[in-house]
Amino acid sequence: MASIWEYANPVKFIRTTDRVLPWVAWLAGACLVVGLIWGFFFTPDDFRQGSTVKIIYLHVPAALMAINAWLMMLVASLIWLVRRHHVSALAARAAAPVGAVMTVIALVTGAIWGQPMWGTWWAWDPRLTSFLILFLFYLGYIALWEAIETPDTAADLTSVLCLVGSVFALLSRYAVNFWNQGLHQGASLSLDKEKNVADVFYLPLLVCIAGFVLLFIALVFLRTQTEIRARRARALLARERMG
Amino acid sequence: MIPDLGKYAAEVLSAYGASLVILAVLIGLSVRRARKVRRELEQLEGRRHETD
Amino acid sequence: MRALLLRDLRLAMRAGGGFGLGLAFFLIVTVLVTFGVGPESALLARIAPGILWIGALLACLLSLDRIFALDWEDGSLDLIATSPLPMEAVASVKALAHWITTGLPLVIAAPFFGLLLSLPGPGYGWLTLSLVLGTPALSVIGTFGGALTVGIKRGGLLLSLLVLPLYVPTLIFGAEVARRGAEGLAVATPALMLAGITFGSIALLPFASAMVLRVNLR
Repeated sequence: MASIWEYANPVKFIRTTDRVLPWVAWLAGACLVVGLIWGFFFTPDDFRQGSTVKIIYLHVPAALMAINAWLMMLVASLIWLVRRHHVSALAARAAAPVGAVMTVIALVTGAIWGQPMWGTWWAWDPRLTSFLILFLFYLGYIALWEAIETPDTAADLTSVLCLVGSVFALLSRYAVNFWNQGLHQGASLSLDKEKNVADVFYLPLLVCIAGFVLLFIALVFLRTQTEIRARRARALLARERMG
Repeated sequence: MIPDLGKYAAEVLSAYGASLVILAVLIGLSVRRARKVRRELEQLEGRRHETD
Repeated sequence: MRALLLRDLRLAMRAGGGFGLGLAFFLIVTVLVTFGVGPESALLARIAPGILWIGALLACLLSLDRIFALDWEDGSLDLIATSPLPMEAVASVKALAHWITTGLPLVIAAPFFGLLLSLPGPGYGWLTLSLVLGTPALSVIGTFGGALTVGIKRGGLLLSLLVLPLYVPTLIFGAEVARRGAEGLAVATPALMLAGITFGSIALLPFASAMVLRVNLR
């Protein structure tokens, strides 16, 4: 049984992901097409939410991935700080924009859903607010990567930022809960829809979640490959100039 | 073909439209950059082997 | 350590920026918000705690890039790094110096600015207390942000983007203490949370700042 750390070798990583990537990508596409078509065309309307219930097939998976992407970045940053595997740092870098986009999708679909349901595009509901804050954390993280020239320095600094940011993101989540309690009661409709949806909605939702997870994996593989290649190209260019 | 979405048709369609567009942009940009970087690297590698 | 602290304080005094600029900025924010929302005193009284906290936070932010940037440019940061003082201590002292030059004046001035915003009577004590508890966290978090961006040219905007999300919990609990105090509600929970954030940051963040500084000085 090969150790997982073998994939920390960039060449090995590229070779393996090259083989796996098409499969993951096609599977992600298939899940998304099936799940979204199933959800969009073949599920009944909710008796209270009407057809807007169909938005959850995008909203819930995107929201899940927005958080899980940050968790993945956190794990990858820790691996980089402890074991100094370049692939790990680059994977964290590759995941950040994907996570940010997922956050945007969750926010946009949530706003569109909230307009008819809550009568407002935006409420300072704890969940919405925490997602906005999460988005700000993503922006800061990406901006720091972009700003630093030396690759290893950038990897170190962003990793530490990711660790500290995780702690403060959690604190913010708690603080926001507390803060809104002071203003008004929680939203009248629970956003926690998985708990109170019937199987008709649940099964296509699961397929969509699987599709988003696979899509995330495929994108992270692809973008990590890109980062590895970009770094190698930079190194070669530098060597050419030297020689 | 489109199921009856009732009075919320605009919301549902715009949510799907916006999300799919955003996803498509993300995928498109990722793939484009991947291709570009791969090509650049191949060029560089090729040049290196010529000079060797 | 004391030498470093005194040196930092002296430099801040001599540059004239430390005490004066932050306060002036705080005053301007307070005045401008009033222009923005209108002079109605009932409204002002209600949002005064929030305005004062935002003002203090922005004034704090303004001076963050000076914590390390000057020492970085003239190379004295390298000298400090080679001294026997551990980096963690350097980060703590820098944060302390920043707090004394910006946080403390803000704490002292805030009640007077509260007058301008017709802050209700019971609010003054709680406002001051919340700032006393909260501004050290702002300085320590800001020092971490300053350490992150020290090697970057024109990192000011980036610094704000990095630091402001980290300020969210402190701001929420701090403003909540001041607001509840002004309205005569119970303040124990947010005050304890605020204190927790501050002491936690003081205890842990200097390690992160030191790590980041060492990376930047590599």
